[in-house]
Amino acid sequence: MTSLTNTNGDAASVNNLPTVTFTKLFINGDFVDSVSGKTFETIDPRTGEVIALISEGEKEDIDIAVKAARHAFDSGPWPRLPGAERAKILMKWAQLIDEHAEELAALDTIDAGKLYHMCRNVEVPAAASTLRYYAGAADKIHGEVLKMSREFHAYTLLEPVGVVGHIIPWNFPNTMFYIKVGPSLAAGCTMVLKPAEQTPLSALYSAHLAKLAGLPDGVLNVVPGFGPTAGAALSSHMDVDAVSFTGSTKTGREIMQAAAKSNLKQVTLELGGKSPLIIFDDADIDKAAELALIGILYNKGEVCVASSRVFVQEGIYDEFEKKLVEKAKAWVVGDPFDPKVQQGPQCNKTQFEKVLSYIEHGKREGATLLTGGKTVGNKGYFIEPTIFSNIKEDMLIAQDEIFGPVLALKKFKTIEEAIKSANNTKYGLAAGIVTKNIDTANTVSRSIRAGTVWINCYFAFGDDVPFGGYKMSGFGKDHGLEALHKYLQVKSVVTPLYNSPWL
Amino acid sequence: MAGVSNGHDGSSFKMPSIKFTKLFINGQFVHSISGKEFETIDPRTEEVITKVAEGAKEDIDVAVKAARVAFDYGPWPRMPGAERGRIMMKWAELIEQHVEEIAALDAINAGKLYHILKGGEIPGAARTIRYYAGAADKIHGEVLKAGREFHAYTLMEPIGVVGLIIPWNFPSIMFVGKVAPALAAGCTIVLKPAEQTPLSALFYAHLAKQAGIPDGVLNVVPGFGSTAGAAICSHMDIDKVSFTGSTEVGREVMRAAANSNLKPVSLELGGKSPLLVFDDADVDTAAQIALLGVIFNKGEICVAGSRVFVQEGIYDEFEKKLVEKAKAWVVGDPFDPKVQQGPQVNKKQFEKILSYIEHGKREGATLLTGGKRIGNKGYYIEPTIFSNVKEDMQVVQDEIFGPVMVLKKFKTIEEAITSANNTKYGLASGIVTKNLDIANTVSRSIRAGIVWINCYFAFGDDIPYGGYKMSGFGRDFGLEALHKYLQVKSVVTPIYNSPWL
Repeated sequence: MTSLTNTNGDAASVNNLPTVTFTKLFINGDFVDSVSGKTFETIDPRTGEVIALISEGEKEDIDIAVKAARHAFDSGPWPRLPGAERAKILMKWAQLIDEHAEELAALDTIDAGKLYHMCRNVEVPAAASTLRYYAGAADKIHGEVLKMSREFHAYTLLEPVGVVGHIIPWNFPNTMFYIKVGPSLAAGCTMVLKPAEQTPLSALYSAHLAKLAGLPDGVLNVVPGFGPTAGAALSSHMDVDAVSFTGSTKTGREIMQAAAKSNLKQVTLELGGKSPLIIFDDADIDKAAELALIGILYNKGEVCVASSRVFVQEGIYDEFEKKLVEKAKAWVVGDPFDPKVQQGPQCNKTQFEKVLSYIEHGKREGATLLTGGKTVGNKGYFIEPTIFSNIKEDMLIAQDEIFGPVLALKKFKTIEEAIKSANNTKYGLAAGIVTKNIDTANTVSRSIRAGTVWINCYFAFGDDVPFGGYKMSGFGKDHGLEALHKYLQVKSVVTPLYNSPWL
Repeated sequence: MAGVSNGHDGSSFKMPSIKFTKLFINGQFVHSISGKEFETIDPRTEEVITKVAEGAKEDIDVAVKAARVAFDYGPWPRMPGAERGRIMMKWAELIEQHVEEIAALDAINAGKLYHILKGGEIPGAARTIRYYAGAADKIHGEVLKAGREFHAYTLMEPIGVVGLIIPWNFPSIMFVGKVAPALAAGCTIVLKPAEQTPLSALFYAHLAKQAGIPDGVLNVVPGFGSTAGAAICSHMDIDKVSFTGSTEVGREVMRAAANSNLKPVSLELGGKSPLLVFDDADVDTAAQIALLGVIFNKGEICVAGSRVFVQEGIYDEFEKKLVEKAKAWVVGDPFDPKVQQGPQVNKKQFEKILSYIEHGKREGATLLTGGKRIGNKGYYIEPTIFSNVKEDMQVVQDEIFGPVMVLKKFKTIEEAITSANNTKYGLASGIVTKNLDIANTVSRSIRAGIVWINCYFAFGDDIPYGGYKMSGFGRDFGLEALHKYLQVKSVVTPIYNSPWL
C-alpha cells in the first residue's frame, strides 16, 4: 500500500500557507463584488474544507467586463502602444511574479492540491518565463509585403483581433493563465478571463500583480464563476471577438456551438487526451519505467497530455512491468506542501469520484489490477497510483480520458502494431516514444497522429514549442509564436502601382 | 433605362453539350445511391439546362470513405510536394485548353459574363492552381529554440480529409481557391458545389482525373446544403471544413462541426463593404470604381462595395456622374461581349433583391436610378442606386447580393471611418484618395480583412482574403490559405553534449 506521509502541523508547511487576499471580481482595474452579491466556496482538496468565499460572476458581470475590455480596446492605450512598450509592462509583471513566486505557488497548492515544490520551483518560474517570451515577441509581429503578378503594391497587417475571452481549467492554474494572457496581451488584445471555479485564487492574485505592473484598467479582467453561467455568457457574447478555451471535450463542444450561434467568433480549443507512450526493446528499462510513471502520475494524472496508455515491446515487457510496479508502490502520496511527497490529492470531489469509478470499471471490464486502485487515508481526495495490464483497446479505461493516476499497460510485438495502437483513439494531443534507434524514432514520430511527440522524454514543454491537439483533442496552438496567431487577424491592403521598376 | 441586348451575337456561340452530370467519387462518375436528380437552371431563360445527380448523406459517406482511404493509404499525401505540383500543373494546362467550354458552363449556369470568364476567371483559376502547385514543395516546419537542452522542431502535416463547400457566384474561382491549397498540402477532398452551379465543378473533376490526380483524392458530390452539405459538416471522419457562403449557413456549418467531431472550420461569409471617396478623388474614376464595385458580377460578390460614402466637396458632381454611368450600363445576355451585366443567378435571389429594393423605397431612401426588372424572361435587374440613406435602414445593414448601391455624403474623415465600421460585417473596403496620410490612417482604421486603395476587386494569388467580425475567419489565397489544410506537430528530443542550444 502506498504510504501516506502525514505532515500535518509540520512547521515548514504551516509557514507556507498563504492568506487569501483577493476574492472579488477584477474588472476595469478594481476588485468588485458581483452584481448579484453571490459568492461560492473554494475548497482545499487536502482536507475537503473551505478556503475562502469568492465572488461569483454571472452574465451581468461578464457584460460589464466585456464593456470595459471593449472600451480599453477601441479607445484605450493598450493596442495603440508600440509593442516594445507593452513589453516593458509585461516584463515588469514577470518580475513581480518572480518576487511573489511563493505566494502564487502556495495558492495553487491549496486550491488544486498541486505539489508546492513543483509550483514554486518549476511552474511559477515557467509562467514568468512565458510572459517574458511573449513580451519579447510583442514588437516583432510582422505582416508581409506580397508579390503581385500585376502592378499592385500589396501587404498584410497583423492586427489584434479585439476583445478575447479566455476560459481556463483547474489543473495548472498559473500555467494556463499565463500561456493565454501572455500572447494575447503581446498581440495588443484586451480580455476577459474566467478561471476554473475550482481554482480562482492565483488568477485573482495575478490580476493584482498586473495592475501593479502598470497594465491599464480594462485590459485584463478576471471574472470567477461557473461554466454554465459566466463561461456560457463569454462564449455567446456578441461583443467578444475570439475565445480561447482549454478544458474538457464536452465543454469545448458547447463553446464552439455558442460561438456559432452568437457572433461567429473564432474559437480555439485545447481538449482532452489519451496519449500513448511507446517503449521499444532497446530502451533502458529503468529509465523507461521512470518516464512511464511520471507520465501518468505527474500532477496526480490531472494533465491533458498524461501518457495514460503505455505500450511496451514484448522483448522487455516482463522486466518493465516488474520495475514499473516497484516504482509505483514506492511512490509517496501525501500533503503537497511536504517536499518529500510526489503526489497530492485529486483536485476535488467530482474528479476524485470519477477516477475511482473508472478504476471499478476497469476491474469489471476484466483488466488485471497490478497495483493501487484504492483511496489513501480518509480525509481529502488521495488515490493510490494505479496500473492495469492485460487491457483490450476497446475497454473504457483504454479509450476514455480518466484524468487521474491510472495507467493502462499493454504489450506489443511489431512497430506497425505499436503505431496502430497509438492511433486507436479519437484524441491526438501528445505521444511519447522511447528508443535510441534513429529510424524507429523518425518513422514512429511521423506516424502518430498527435500534436506533440516526445522522444526519450515526456512533458518537455518549451516557450518556443507550439502545443495543441490533432483530431478531437482540439485545434489551435498554445506556446510558441504560433499562439500569437489566435489573437491576430490578417488584413490585406492593396494599391495600384505606376511606373515601378519592377513588381 | 439600362441597355438591353437580347438574343444577338450570343446565339451564334456554340453552346457546349453538358458531358458531366453525375457524382464524381473515387475517380468515377456515378449515379447517386438514391438515383435522385435535380434540375440546374439557366437564369437567362429560366429553363432547365440539364438534370444532375443529387448526392445525399449516403453518397457523402461513400465519398468520405474513398477520401479516407486515399489519405491514409494512397500515394497523394506521401508523394514529394514537387510531384503533387507536377500533376497540378498538368491540370492547370488542361484547364487552359478547355477555357471556352468551362467559361460557357459558368455563363449558362450562373448568368456570368462569358468574355470575363474566358478572358479572366478561368485563366485565373489555372494560375491559382499553378501558384499552389509551386508551393507544394515549400511547406516548411521550423526548428525551434529551446530554453533547455532539447532538439525541437515542427512538422507541417496535411490535416486529412477536408470537406469543401462552395457557393454559386464564382464557381470556378471558389473551386480552385479551395481545392488547390488543400491538394498542395497533401489532403484529400470531398467537395460539394452549390446546387445552383454544379457544372464546372464536375468538369474540373474530369480534367483532374486526366491530369493524373489519383482516385479518391478529389471527390465532387453535387447536392443540397441541408442534405449533402449538412452530412459533410457533421461527418465524424472529416478532419476540417472550409466554407464560403452566407452567414446564416456559416452558423450551421460551425454548429454541426461542434456537434460532431469538433473539426476545425473556416468560414468566409457575407459583407456590406464600404467604399470611401474623398474630396481629392478624380470624380470620373471614382464613380467608375464605385459602380463596378457594386455591380461587377451583377452584385453577386461577397466583397461588393455596396455602401458608398462620398465626401461633401465632390458629392453632387459624383452623384451626377454615377447615375449617368449606371443608366448607360448594358444589361443582357452574358454571351454578348457588349453586355456588362447578366441575369441574377436564380429566382430566389432575383426576388430577394427586388424585395430589398421595395424595402428601400418604403424606408424612405431616394431612388436615384433603376429599381426595376428588365424584360419579362430571365432574372435581369436594373443597376439601382439609393441616396439619402440612414445607416440603420435595412438596405444599409443587410447584404443584398445584387446590383443595389446605397450612397451617402460625409464631412470629416472620422465620420467616414465611423460609418465604414458601422456594420456587423468586415470583409472588404475601398478608399479613393491620393493623400498618403488619409490612405494610411483610413486603411488602418477600417475593420475589414481587405482594404483596396484607389482600386477595387484587386485580387492576387499571393494576397490572403478573408473577413473580420461576422464576415468569418480563416483566409483563402496566399500562403495563408495553406494553413487551413495543415496541422502543426511538435517533435521534441533531449540532446546531450551539444555545443549550443
